[in-house]
Amino acid sequence: MISVAVLLSGVAVLLAAAVAAIALKHSPSVTRVIYGATLIVSLAIAATALHHLVSAAAAPSLIALPLGLPWVGAHFRLDALSSFFLFVVGSGSAASSLYGLGHGLHEKAPRRVLPFFPAFLAGMMLVILADDAFTFLLSWEFMSLASWALVMAHHHDRDNARAGYVYLVMASFGTLALILAFGLLAGAGGGYDFASIRAAEHTPHLDALVLALVLLGAGSKAGLVPLHVWLPLAHPAAPSHVSALMSGVMTKVAVYGFVRLIFDLLGEPTWWAGMIVLILGGITSVLGVLYALMQHDLKRLLAYHTVENIGIIFIGLGLALAFQANGMNWAAALALTAALFHVFNHALFKSLLFFGAGAVLAATGERDMERLGGLIHRMPYTSIAFLVGCVAISALPPLNGFVSEWLTFQAILQSPELPQWGLKIMVPAVGAMLALSAALAAACFVKAFGITFLGRARSSAAETAEEVDRFSLAAMFAFAGLCLLAGILPGFVIDGLAPVTQSLVTGRMPVQTEIPWFSIVPIAESRSSYNGLLVFVFIAISATLAVLAIHRFASHAVRRAPAWDCGWPDPSPETQYTAASFAQPIRRVYATYAFRAKETVEMPAPGDRRPAQLVVRLQDLVWDYLYEPIAGVVGLAAGRLNELQFLTIRRYLGLVFLALVSLLTVIALWT
Amino acid sequence: MIRDLLVQGVQMALVLILAPLLTGFVRKVKARLLRRQGASVVQPYRDLLRLLRKEAVVAENASWLFRTAPYLIFAATWVAAALVPTFATGLKFSWTADLIAIIALLASARFFLALAGMDIGTSFGGIGSSREVMIASLAEPAMIMIVFVLALVAGATQLSTIAEFMLSPEVGLRVSLGLALIALIIVAIAENGRIPVDNPATHLELTMVHEAMVLEYSGRHLAMIEFAAALKLLLYASLIACVFVPWGLAPAGAGIAALALGLVAYVAKLAGIGFLLAIFETSIAKMRVFRVPEFLGGALMLGLLGTLLLFVSRSL
Repeated sequence: MISVAVLLSGVAVLLAAAVAAIALKHSPSVTRVIYGATLIVSLAIAATALHHLVSAAAAPSLIALPLGLPWVGAHFRLDALSSFFLFVVGSGSAASSLYGLGHGLHEKAPRRVLPFFPAFLAGMMLVILADDAFTFLLSWEFMSLASWALVMAHHHDRDNARAGYVYLVMASFGTLALILAFGLLAGAGGGYDFASIRAAEHTPHLDALVLALVLLGAGSKAGLVPLHVWLPLAHPAAPSHVSALMSGVMTKVAVYGFVRLIFDLLGEPTWWAGMIVLILGGITSVLGVLYALMQHDLKRLLAYHTVENIGIIFIGLGLALAFQANGMNWAAALALTAALFHVFNHALFKSLLFFGAGAVLAATGERDMERLGGLIHRMPYTSIAFLVGCVAISALPPLNGFVSEWLTFQAILQSPELPQWGLKIMVPAVGAMLALSAALAAACFVKAFGITFLGRARSSAAETAEEVDRFSLAAMFAFAGLCLLAGILPGFVIDGLAPVTQSLVTGRMPVQTEIPWFSIVPIAESRSSYNGLLVFVFIAISATLAVLAIHRFASHAVRRAPAWDCGWPDPSPETQYTAASFAQPIRRVYATYAFRAKETVEMPAPGDRRPAQLVVRLQDLVWDYLYEPIAGVVGLAAGRLNELQFLTIRRYLGLVFLALVSLLTVIALWT
Repeated sequence: MIRDLLVQGVQMALVLILAPLLTGFVRKVKARLLRRQGASVVQPYRDLLRLLRKEAVVAENASWLFRTAPYLIFAATWVAAALVPTFATGLKFSWTADLIAIIALLASARFFLALAGMDIGTSFGGIGSSREVMIASLAEPAMIMIVFVLALVAGATQLSTIAEFMLSPEVGLRVSLGLALIALIIVAIAENGRIPVDNPATHLELTMVHEAMVLEYSGRHLAMIEFAAALKLLLYASLIACVFVPWGLAPAGAGIAALALGLVAYVAKLAGIGFLLAIFETSIAKMRVFRVPEFLGGALMLGLLGTLLLFVSRSL
């Protein structure tokens, strides 16, 4: 009762801040005031949620307010699952606010951002706290609309206007699917609070339908392939700290929606539910990273890469469902821990990377990597933080991204015990997809960091860039530090997740923090163990030893000279590898199938002085074969129905009569 | 306790000492197979010392990353190589990282090497880095599939446990293990840039990968990178030896005699693997760079097939 009341008052403060932003719009310090307020409130909310998760997670904290629908009211609840996700949202919001304190001053249209930013935060938090279908859906839609307004902050840009349109359509579609899912869950009795939904009996047919609808609803918000199309358009369009929130945090709210509905409300899962989620996750992870590799817009690359990480999270969730359906609760706990750990990790490093991309944007005005380069010299601190994010997201030890992928692999290795043949065949294939996407992610971030920060500047803007302000740097380094901490001391995160898995799959991983040296051991030490702390210490020691030995015995002389480049250095920065040329080998290997990539060389005839041209055509199959036909059908139907607007009153009355008769017939047949 | 630490220390030193020797041995055997005299087997040590004594020439626009990367690459590779059982299993810190983590440590080293290749902004560095990550994008999943096979057979991803299981009589002959061995050899060849994937002896060739990345390095930095490359070759040789030829490995807490026997067996296994590698390299031609994905895709499919067989055979 106390915790949830504290959290709700925090949300109320955020909503008040949204109103205050409108009232104070002429004040010169409004940016500082609003971001300062959201920073403090988000920190308080994250702290409260963490406290509840660690100390009192077994006892949910409930409150019912007389708002909303008169016969339902507004129910709010804080249990282990919601306190974990609230901690993720709270910390992401806090870092984003801190970043906004500095970055927000660059904003050209602050009045389009400031009122919606606290409202967006409040919306995400309300979704997580909601304990009845009406409040949940209302908050969900509020969150979508607030973020839509933020996407449209720079609406004069044609691309942004299109992004906002696609986002709005997909968000409405997702909410529609969720409304139907809740309608089915509540059943004829119509108990819309979560407690009565949990208690209701469900048939297998209903389960299948609800799963499909939730995958459509929450999956479209999270970015599951093929529902991901809005995400790489909308996330980069928003101001960078909002992009960080949308990509790092809002997709996690969608994951929360999926977990709440499928694991908690729907009750006992079936094995094929796990298989469907698993396959979707595998396809999403590989396609997401392949899309990301083909991009040369830094923020769009990051947005596509979010799709990959959502895939990894859903692989973990699918495994958890499959294990739970077969009564292997300890394995389900392992898989669910891996998925939720990745939720936490991705919120950290994706926010960090978007902050970095925002810093680059603020310093150079460029998002296109082909016009960047050499920023490591101009922006040394940003580049260090961005590098930490790149290493973490590429799942490399000793940082945090590796731990969650390692746990996912360990969960996959438990799955030969599963009895169903479908799972036996699919799980190894999904394991291969996960490994493929991890390796491609490393390639993707070598490209992102190498082209943007290394090499020589490709434009004058990149050549004259200046380091960003301290608030932005503080936000980036705070998350970089957390990435390292979660990587070398993963046992604390795993133990923190134990109440969540206990409540959802009635199982938990063994207590990790009591193991000597802070190792993590999912099952038994002889089977598998990993110690991030020792790996980190060993690398530090051996690097130090190498440096000491070199400085003791080897030559100290350093001579600065022009680049060697095999004797033929070219002074023009245009001779460097670009983002497109870096991706060329991978494009040839994978994109020929995935995107039907075609390369054509146009070589002018001898004597012709036109430059030769290499044209690469990529086809987005999802867009061409799924969305274009749907848009075509909708357009056709709209064209036909358009005629209905020009009828006489006599015909309209006739239509009304016909509709009435047919509806009455349906009712008569139904009962 | 002190004895355990000592054995662990010996292992860390051993991989350092033996790594250049293995490289030199492979070169020597290759030279003899081509009826050349060849350089002495200790030539790699001389090369390293020579590089260490020379001044480092660093490009004018090199950043701090260019100068720190060699040490990071060396450290990560050394730690990974020291975690693979060489002459004894169950070492003091063997539980620090399982096989997946060892593979990932190598991936960390590669990540920094690819970045260092792009730091100066030359086209050679870019070509090397982009091809290296392309090859890695297939070699790493193939390696993970091999880990899956081993883990499913032995019930562990811990290398010491896998090696002990391979020594026990219950392992038997399994199709999956055979597939995994072939896949592991392919991955090892690709990861170490050996013929037919890459040629460690060339310096300027359009298909080169590793040498193009490190083109700008010189002096002590180059020494670190060459040393790391030798360590990586040793790591893969030790890995194949400890999993597929585990005989002679001293068990945990063994006496001096067993450890000495393990050491002799290890050196003999390295010599055998080095000899086979030299024969393989001299008897095959280098392939075009875009044939490499097919070669490695084969390894990935073999690994996947092996895993699938194990998944399916559980219920039979």
